[in-house]
Amino acid sequence: MNTILLYVVLLSSSGSDASLDQRVLELSRQLRCLVCQNESLADSQADLAVDLRREIRGQMIHGKSDDEIKTFLTARYGDFVLYRPPFKPETYVLWFAPALLVCGGFFALMRIIRTQPHSHCRRGL
Amino acid sequence: MPDVATIGNFSLITALIVAILQAALPLMGASQGKSTWMSAAVRLARCQFILVVIAFLSLAYCFAANDFSVLNVAQNSNSELPLNYRLAATWGSHEGSILLWILMLAFWSAAVSIFTRHLAKEVVARVLGVMGIVSVGFLIFMLVTSNPFTRLIPAPADGNDLNALLQDPGMVVHPPMLYMGYVGFSVAFAFAVAALLGNRLDASWARWSRPWTLIAWTFLTCGIALGSYWSYYVQGWGGWWFWDPVENASFMPWLAGTALIHSLVVTEKRGAFKAWTVLLAIAAFSLSLLGTFLVRSGVLISVHAFATDPKRGIVILCFLTLIIGGSLVLYAWRARQIRSGASFDAISRESLLLSNNVLLTAAAGSVLLGTVYPLIIDALNLGKLSVGPPYFNSVFVAIMSPAMFLMGIGPIAKWRKAEIPELVIRLRWALAISILAGIFIPFAVKWKPLVTLGLTLSFWIVATICFDLVSKLKSAQTKGIVQRLRTLPRNYYGMQLAHFGVAISIVGITLVTGYESQKDLLMRVGESTGVGGYVFQFQDLSGVEGPNYDAVRAGVDVFQNGKQILRMQPEVRSYHASGNELKNAAIAGGIFRDLYVTLGEPLEEGTAWTFRIQHKPFVGWIWAGAVFMALGGALACSDRRYKPAASSAARKAA
Amino acid sequence: MKFAVPILIFVTLVIFLGFGLRRDPRLLPSPLIDRPAPAFQLMRLDEPNRPFSPTELRGTVWLLNTWASWCVSCRQEHPLLLALARSGVVPVYGLNYKDKRTDALEWLKSMGNPYILNVQDADGRVGMDYGVYGVPETYLIDKTGVIRFKQIGPLTLESIEKTILPLVRNLNS
Repeated sequence: MNTILLYVVLLSSSGSDASLDQRVLELSRQLRCLVCQNESLADSQADLAVDLRREIRGQMIHGKSDDEIKTFLTARYGDFVLYRPPFKPETYVLWFAPALLVCGGFFALMRIIRTQPHSHCRRGL
Repeated sequence: MPDVATIGNFSLITALIVAILQAALPLMGASQGKSTWMSAAVRLARCQFILVVIAFLSLAYCFAANDFSVLNVAQNSNSELPLNYRLAATWGSHEGSILLWILMLAFWSAAVSIFTRHLAKEVVARVLGVMGIVSVGFLIFMLVTSNPFTRLIPAPADGNDLNALLQDPGMVVHPPMLYMGYVGFSVAFAFAVAALLGNRLDASWARWSRPWTLIAWTFLTCGIALGSYWSYYVQGWGGWWFWDPVENASFMPWLAGTALIHSLVVTEKRGAFKAWTVLLAIAAFSLSLLGTFLVRSGVLISVHAFATDPKRGIVILCFLTLIIGGSLVLYAWRARQIRSGASFDAISRESLLLSNNVLLTAAAGSVLLGTVYPLIIDALNLGKLSVGPPYFNSVFVAIMSPAMFLMGIGPIAKWRKAEIPELVIRLRWALAISILAGIFIPFAVKWKPLVTLGLTLSFWIVATICFDLVSKLKSAQTKGIVQRLRTLPRNYYGMQLAHFGVAISIVGITLVTGYESQKDLLMRVGESTGVGGYVFQFQDLSGVEGPNYDAVRAGVDVFQNGKQILRMQPEVRSYHASGNELKNAAIAGGIFRDLYVTLGEPLEEGTAWTFRIQHKPFVGWIWAGAVFMALGGALACSDRRYKPAASSAARKAA
Repeated sequence: MKFAVPILIFVTLVIFLGFGLRRDPRLLPSPLIDRPAPAFQLMRLDEPNRPFSPTELRGTVWLLNTWASWCVSCRQEHPLLLALARSGVVPVYGLNYKDKRTDALEWLKSMGNPYILNVQDADGRVGMDYGVYGVPETYLIDKTGVIRFKQIGPLTLESIEKTILPLVRNLNS
């Protein structure tokens, strides 16, 4: 336990990179706290969240990219830990639906406009 | 003398009986032409309202009087809890909030019974009958699964206390506002279903639905904004929207309601798209009901955890299926008989308003899909996944940006047919200003593409509002500014004010998301750190006693340019009865920025504490915008043509 | 008929919601099922200078149970673990998760010790590799070191009788 505290103190009071902090923050905002009722890893105060943030920070210092860290976490906890659903067959519907809804809606609107009975001259005719 | 809880319980049972009559008699009367049965609707609705008020006041009394023999009071209150929170605890639990739902529904029914005297008897009968059906459903649900008057024998000496997060002024206002809105959409719903039942979908249906929808929308806007603001200052992490299922549950009806308001304009003015408007009216309230199901059934994980229970979920789901399913079946059956109104061109105010509808509906649909998607994937045994802010933010911004662009064009376009060249000429300055502002302003801090997008859209909206207002005033027939301002109807001002509010909110959202900064760190007394151009120094630590809690309070001095400007005092509170611990953030709000300091945990035997310090530029504009939106809505529904005197004159003329 | 579209969408939604009611959204299935159990080397609880690694258990079907003295639900499943240990059907090994050695030993003394041996995961790093997100969690590992089953939360009589024991019999044959 004491080694952890030392670690925290060292990391936070050392001249550690402000941009590293920012990077950890931005990545952990996209990840889910597994034990909470819907909070991000950045905001949660749960033990596991603190541990995972520390792990993320450590991996970033070792030069891992955001994607590599996400792979590390999903290998252990599954896709549930990602707040941005990965783009895979199971989520095609999720990712394509918004665009389809918009296009479909405009298509339907245009069709209805075109097939209206006109009681006056149309534009150009 | 029976005790108050028993009175409350009895009132609820009686209210159920009255609601059953309110549902059955008027609807049967309307279909069979029985005048007395139809007239009964008004009296029954008011009677139900009085009974529900009695029940509600009884529960509130039990809380105020610390009657711990009532289970709900024992679970959610405590004798040390201050009176205002004891009263707010009336709706602080699942059971209490259902009672609040029923109270709001009864209130709206009573309001409809009073303000529709000029409408035909069958219409009023059907509208109140439909609202009666919904009341019956909720009352049965409440009495069977969630009765707030259930007893706890033997009564404990004291209660568990209200959840620490709810002991707050926000709790007093947010749920009532939200429910007024949520439940208020039941009126538009009832009007739509009544119109389908009676096969009467004329222009007056749209005309009378609109003010009811506007009022409900206004309340819902306030409720959502309050919820966001409340969560901002209570949760302690400085977030204001998380796309949490409960937040989405209130946002989806709002999106549908906004679409409905715009669609009603087209239907009322031009008699067009009646079937679609009816469907939207059904959808808005259905989303309210769906939201009620989602947050109480336990199917989704949410920060806003009501005590969830799958058994209750089944009951709500059945009830939901009957009401929504029933109205959609009715729609499928009767909608094809609706005669459509005047036609319009591909570019016209009608088409622009309907484009707004397409986008808002797509947005609501996407939010719904994202919210229930984890459930669908799980039900299909495809695993567990999460859909969170990254998804919702991307999708929502992508869909709403075009809508914001259209917001500038719509009010200017002509009905039936608008010419593009004319529009371009009228809007070219607004476009130029917006693009230039959007591109160059971010350079003041740091250029970011999304900030440009947000600023361009908000400047566009404001610029188009100004240009339109000026051009309308210029072309007014009278002389003098004040006289000219008077010629424009309140409807118009309401619209522009609401749109203006949207622009303000977008500025807030854009700037805070683009430029906020945050630091999580450990500080010992005397140490300081810089965030967002300010210096924060941890000065001291003290102990504080509250009415029902003990707290550790940190004194943090804030310096700007070397001078001290503020003293902020974040706390960590421990509540006696529940043992809950709550971080009370210190917020220094301002027009151009909020400073947000949260006290975390003690380390090193209490000589050092963790802090989270945030600088949030323009965050207040998000809620200020919502206030303008709500004022706009209120202004629009106070338009003269909705006043009874004007309407009876109109009826005589018609 | 386009007017029937809304009711059809609604019915589909209700069906899914109905199914959703029978599910627990908080249960996270492990992505490690049918994958090799992550390797580790930790010090034993009883002999703090002696390491243990799961490779030593190749050729055996065994249970790895994560627990801690501060964990309330662990007490719930403890009698079942003791019964399992006594029956000798499958050996139970313990991963003492984020705990103090003295507290853990004290707890075992007072509650009984079903474990063949325990390892100390003081910082939770090994737990993280196994995807532990709460205690207790129990893993069933086969002769080749592959995880075949994970119990999230305390063991229940039902999960032992219906899932674990049949699997053990299967894997042992």
